[in-house]
Amino acid sequence: MSGTVLIIALAVFGASAVEAVEALTIVLAAGFTRGWRSALEGAGAALLCLVVVVAVFGSALVRYVPINTLRVVVGSLLLVLGLQWLRKAILRASGYKTKHDEDAIYRRQVERLSGIPRTGAGRDASGFIISFKGVLLEGLEVVMVVLTLGLSSGHLAVAAAAAAAAVLVVAGAGVVVSRQLREVPENAMKLGVGLMLVTFGTFWGGEGAGVRWPGADLALLGLLAFYALLTWASVGRLSRTGRSAREASQA
Amino acid sequence: MRIRTFLATVGKFCYEFIVGDTPEIAVGVGVLIVIVWLLSRNGAGASFWFLPLAVTALLLGSLWRGSSAS
Repeated sequence: MSGTVLIIALAVFGASAVEAVEALTIVLAAGFTRGWRSALEGAGAALLCLVVVVAVFGSALVRYVPINTLRVVVGSLLLVLGLQWLRKAILRASGYKTKHDEDAIYRRQVERLSGIPRTGAGRDASGFIISFKGVLLEGLEVVMVVLTLGLSSGHLAVAAAAAAAAVLVVAGAGVVVSRQLREVPENAMKLGVGLMLVTFGTFWGGEGAGVRWPGADLALLGLLAFYALLTWASVGRLSRTGRSAREASQA
Repeated sequence: MRIRTFLATVGKFCYEFIVGDTPEIAVGVGVLIVIVWLLSRNGAGASFWFLPLAVTALLLGSLWRGSSAS
């Protein structure tokens, strides 16, 4: 396995794991409050939809869209997505934004679902819909990452396998740790994945638009190091200014 | 009517997904890619340094906006 493929697999695995944790929180809330049958059926139906989307769009895009056009579009999407993730993770790491609290989200979901009256003894529609919607919405972000990284690199199968592995790992961990999802270092994962998405986005977006990178694929490592340094410096700088502002407001 | 509602939902989802609360990133990336394309069309294909530096400026600008707002 080449270095680029390994980085792609890691990026997809990380992105999928972050989204899978968020989806699992919703499925667990639906399962504990509305019954496991409807929650698992909802999650399964959503996963099936996501697999169909990857299969249909993946093969159609590969077959009908020229690679340079694909790389410009995919690179731009990766840059937008990566910059959004990186921005959010930097603001959270430096204390400007509250960290994602899966426990709080779980409590809110349970409260909301417990208030909905049951319609009958069989399958629970609310549990099914909440679980389906949660998995589908979080999963669409994963689909976007799988399609963009997989298609641009020509390794769609590797990207899809990495995403499936992440879902299995998170689901397995969910069964073991049940509701202790707040232990997952979500912000660090988001920071790492954001870095990789911005790196690949810059590389492919630039290549599709006509940039000739020095050292070809090796330029990816240079870009990754450059953005990692930028992220580290930004977190340090924002943490200092945030601390000074908080101290000034307390004085 | 159902198709219209479905399309509206998909459109809203795409907008939230790509633009969300950071329109400066979505617009900025679009503008940057067009600039890079124009540069390379005019024979400046070797200007590989432009995109990473411009992306840096975009991220720093967005971070400044985000930290000022909070």
